[in-house]
Amino acid sequence: MNKEPLFRMSRRESIGIGKQILIYVLALFLALVVCAGVIFLLVRMNPIDVYKAMFDGALGTKRRTWITIRDLLVLLCIAVGLAPAFKMRFWNIGAEGQILIGGLVSAALMINIADKIPNTVLLVLMLIGSAAGGLVWGLIPTFFKAKWKTNETLFTLMLNYVAMQIVTYCIVFWENPKGSNSVGIINQKTRAGWLPEVLGNDYFWNIVIVLVLTVFMFIYLKYSKQGYEVAVVGESERTARYAGISVKKVMLRTMSLSGAICGIAGFILVSGAGHTISTSTAGGRGFTAIIVAWLARFNTIAMVLISFGIVFMQKGAIQIASQYGLNENASDVLLGIILFFIIGAEFFIKYKIERNHRQEGK
Amino acid sequence: MEQTYAIELQNITKRFGSVVANDRVNLSVRKGEILCVLGENGSGKTTLMNMISGIYYPEEGRITVDGREVKIRSPKDSFDLGIGMVHQHFKLVDILTAAENIILGLPGAQVLDMKQVVREIRELADKYGFDIDPNEKIYRMSVSQKQTVEIVKMLYRGAKILILDEPTAVLTPQEADRLFDVLRNMKKHGCSIILITHKLHEVLAVSDRVSILRKGQYVDTVETKDATVASLTEMMVGTKVDLNIERPEPKNMKKRLELKHVTCTSKDGIRRLDDANLTVYGGEILGIAGIAGSGQKELLEAIAGLQPVTEGEISFFPDDSEPKILSNLDVAAIRKLGVRLAFVPEDRIGMGLVGSMDMTDNMMLRSYTRGKSEFLDRKTPGKLAAKIKNQLEIVTPSISAPVGRMSGGNVQKVLVGREIAQKPKVLMVAYPTRGIDINSSYTIYHLLNEQKQHGVAVICVIEDLDVLMELCDRIVVLCGGHVTGVVDGRTAKKEELGVLMTKTMKNEESDAQRAETDKNGESAVQAARTGKGDAGVE
Repeated sequence: MNKEPLFRMSRRESIGIGKQILIYVLALFLALVVCAGVIFLLVRMNPIDVYKAMFDGALGTKRRTWITIRDLLVLLCIAVGLAPAFKMRFWNIGAEGQILIGGLVSAALMINIADKIPNTVLLVLMLIGSAAGGLVWGLIPTFFKAKWKTNETLFTLMLNYVAMQIVTYCIVFWENPKGSNSVGIINQKTRAGWLPEVLGNDYFWNIVIVLVLTVFMFIYLKYSKQGYEVAVVGESERTARYAGISVKKVMLRTMSLSGAICGIAGFILVSGAGHTISTSTAGGRGFTAIIVAWLARFNTIAMVLISFGIVFMQKGAIQIASQYGLNENASDVLLGIILFFIIGAEFFIKYKIERNHRQEGK
Repeated sequence: MEQTYAIELQNITKRFGSVVANDRVNLSVRKGEILCVLGENGSGKTTLMNMISGIYYPEEGRITVDGREVKIRSPKDSFDLGIGMVHQHFKLVDILTAAENIILGLPGAQVLDMKQVVREIRELADKYGFDIDPNEKIYRMSVSQKQTVEIVKMLYRGAKILILDEPTAVLTPQEADRLFDVLRNMKKHGCSIILITHKLHEVLAVSDRVSILRKGQYVDTVETKDATVASLTEMMVGTKVDLNIERPEPKNMKKRLELKHVTCTSKDGIRRLDDANLTVYGGEILGIAGIAGSGQKELLEAIAGLQPVTEGEISFFPDDSEPKILSNLDVAAIRKLGVRLAFVPEDRIGMGLVGSMDMTDNMMLRSYTRGKSEFLDRKTPGKLAAKIKNQLEIVTPSISAPVGRMSGGNVQKVLVGREIAQKPKVLMVAYPTRGIDINSSYTIYHLLNEQKQHGVAVICVIEDLDVLMELCDRIVVLCGGHVTGVVDGRTAKKEELGVLMTKTMKNEESDAQRAETDKNGESAVQAARTGKGDAGVE
């Protein structure tokens, strides 16, 4: 005799915001407990000390805090760029490539024309050029999807590798010093094409650009007609056609925007953070940002918090990895555990689990 | 107990989360009777049947078969007890023959004696009066033939209790009558049949007793001979309902739409709508009858600008200017011409509305482009949403709750309310009352009549012929994409409509598939239906 399972799940009608936060906090707590277990198994250290070290790694000193903020801004910028694409249910897995192309345009301008034009003009050109680069990289798969219904997930993913190869190719010409197979810090002496320091802060412009984009995207998605069209296309293309929305047009327009913002993220990485370009400039952020965008349900304001959480964990994990002599991949393991729990929490927000209380007939 | 029932359910309760789908339901089926289970959508009929067939397990209650208490934990348990269910969606393998489908999954000897099987199936078919060719492949069959295979499959496997879930939804009146004859035959041979339906005329025609469910609760079981349409409706709804649909005389009829030789070809080259000629007048309700998938959807979508017209022309006649050609314009272009078309599609959530959005945002679907601003105006649609909610008595926690969470009737009211608010010249509705409770259905019929009196040209596709004949001024019959007839709604006869619904066209250019099915003399229809069959079954 097969028995009925002891538990069953059912969809929640609705859930209060307080309960949602509680579930996330619980998930985070559980994630930290599991992480503690893993750490203890690996290094036999007191997990509390380890967590202290994590906090220390992310926010321990002024410098570390700023690095955390810098990385947070980049991640946020990419997530903001991905938001409209994913809201339209366009699976843009190609942020990595769009960032790289954006960064590449910036680097090219910095290397080749920095000494010919004033710095301000250069920066503006770099910003526009990066946006245009990302836009083109985002538009290619969209054009094919709109025209021949190609699969955007594969297409955008493949373009990542194309972008990487282009970067590799360019590095050959830009090598500095020769033979290092890397570009090195670009314009280290002149600082041309570097986002300038304002009020003694290196990251002033990063903050301004990303916050402007975040607020813009919030308003765009929520209050503009175009944002409404994005939402309708995302929910159902049939409904969109019924409402007289040109699905192709919306798709092309939205991906232009998405690609351009990812390109700008590349600009920030090159001009406002690393001052160099390599195949690892994007460094997987384009994928992490997908998680940020989905977890925030495309609400760009919520993305600020989620990006912070993820970057904080990353920094903390790197710190404990180096402090306790684990290799760097250990931090990825920890981040993986944490993300697993946070994404798992989504399930408990959508569904509830109940015990089956059934009576035995005889 | 004076009598052993074939199957008896006592105090069956099934909950899904906080929703009680079945609340202490009783049901008993005698040997050799046809029991109808009647109830509106969401009354728990299907849940109850799923518990008998082992898909769900009840939380409380007893089930007895032949007087013996049983536990049905899986479809196999159910089958071992001689219970067979014919679902709305057929579960057949298209490329196998009827006989192969029937024995599929049955235990037996290593070497299969197909001849023996075919002989047994023929015997069964003769016994009950089925019209079936065991060697015919499924994909060549019409919907009604497929249904026959499903029923024979159950009988071949020894089912004594047969459950049929809305079997007539996909049949013409004639086919339905044939099915009922077979059911009566089976009854004579001692089978018990549970028939789920919401068509009251069928209930009265075929059943011995009727059990009524309402909102998950068991209302009563009555003898069919003592029941009337009115009494059954009252039990189903809980209050007295005026079942008369009014039909005001059309006034000031004005030519609004003209379709000339309109043909729509699907991507795989099938002519879904074939050389349709039609004129629609303002101030009338034009009904469209036909078996599911006969071109109704294509007809409405072609007018609405959602379906490319491969041949022919659709023109709209405004009050004061030259006719405008609508064919092959998209929705936005038609709107730009100033032609106000309203369309309530069959697929309410998925085409007409966005389920995850609230009422206000759904109101905007038709009007958000208005105004020069780049930003949305949510005030006007918000007011409209509130107005529609009040006028049509829509039950929802607030206008900012997602429409996907509403019940079917309320969803339809939101959609119809929005479309009417456009002040249309032409109003098209597809299956406006499918899956909707009776009270809401009558609200919708009333709204259609109101629009007709305002001079709107109303086109409606309705599957229930009784309703169609009561509501419409004229009825167009479609069959296999052809217009096979236009009849006056006031004098139309069901039989006449039934004949038109399966009428063969002369000079049919027969592609391979059609030619092959030709043998039954119902070629075009059957081919069209075989192709569309499963898509059309709702």
